[in-house]
Amino acid sequence: MINSLALPFPTLALHIPDGFLSLPVSFVTGAFSLLLLLISLNRVEKDYQDRIVPLMGVCAAFVFAAQMINFPIPGGTSGHLLGGTLTGILLGPWAGSLVMTVVFIVQALLFQDGGLTALGANIFNMGLIGTFGGYYLYKVIRSLFGFSRWRGMAMGTAIASWTSVVVAAFVCSVQLALSGTVPLQVALFAMLSWHFVIGIGEALITLTAVSYIWRTRPDLIFDSPRPSLSPKI
Amino acid sequence: MNHSPSSKSKTFIFTGLGSALAIAVLLSPFASTHPDGLDRVAQDHNFEKKAETNPLAQKLPFHAIFDEYSLRGVPKSVATPLAGLIGTLVTFGLSWGLGKVGSKKSDAPDSSS
Repeated sequence: MINSLALPFPTLALHIPDGFLSLPVSFVTGAFSLLLLLISLNRVEKDYQDRIVPLMGVCAAFVFAAQMINFPIPGGTSGHLLGGTLTGILLGPWAGSLVMTVVFIVQALLFQDGGLTALGANIFNMGLIGTFGGYYLYKVIRSLFGFSRWRGMAMGTAIASWTSVVVAAFVCSVQLALSGTVPLQVALFAMLSWHFVIGIGEALITLTAVSYIWRTRPDLIFDSPRPSLSPKI
Repeated sequence: MNHSPSSKSKTFIFTGLGSALAIAVLLSPFASTHPDGLDRVAQDHNFEKKAETNPLAQKLPFHAIFDEYSLRGVPKSVATPLAGLIGTLVTFGLSWGLGKVGSKKSDAPDSSS
């Protein structure tokens, strides 16, 4: 093998390669992701104004770049940012979901990272769980701890982004088990124990990025802390 | 009237895209080569061999340009940074384009819908 790591498939965090998922699991996850994306596209067309466009480009570029940077975690494993919660917080769940999908399509088509038959599952696990689940969890926590205060934003961002990684690992385990690739208990224990730690990296990066924008351009955050200065979307 | 981005938003675009490119080009050589979460679990529990050895993506023309995150035909030391540079720009462009096609013109009459 020419691959320097001598692994038979690309090496990036939760990206599922071709061959790990059964046909039914691929099909159902793919159909579900497609449905959510069509709804997202519809909402973007209806609700978003074109001032969001530059932020969509920048978010996609940042998530793509950050996903290339695996950080080491104790025990000889590594992880990288998923970015779903980050894009959900900055762009809202609808445009955020479209942006994450662009990232996974580029990775799968151009760089053979993540199987094409697993594309729907990868979009769902690493994208939509964050852009929808992560975003709404962030919003609830932020409301509880002070919607327009840094503390509220920080608590919501950190907890939601960590949780999105753990939930993604959980869902990925279930998909692998349903596909008959690995027993559920084995997958759950192994995947969750690594991703509890990988999620801390996700929380740190997401909080750093959102904090920076909170300080410099708070008007760009989807739920802007100063609503008077920004139109709803 | 098609107004161009304000200078404030130009600053943001340059800072944002600039840091993404810096991450992809300058940091990518230092990325950890340890297996990541799913790879590690696949190795530990002996299902990594189930991965398709000849996946569909390798039959695409892009595989002649990129071997995973390495640009082919350039020295090894710059192969990954260049792949990162191109990938970041492509992702930026596609996402920008999708937003442009999908979103509404901000000038369109909009009464708090």
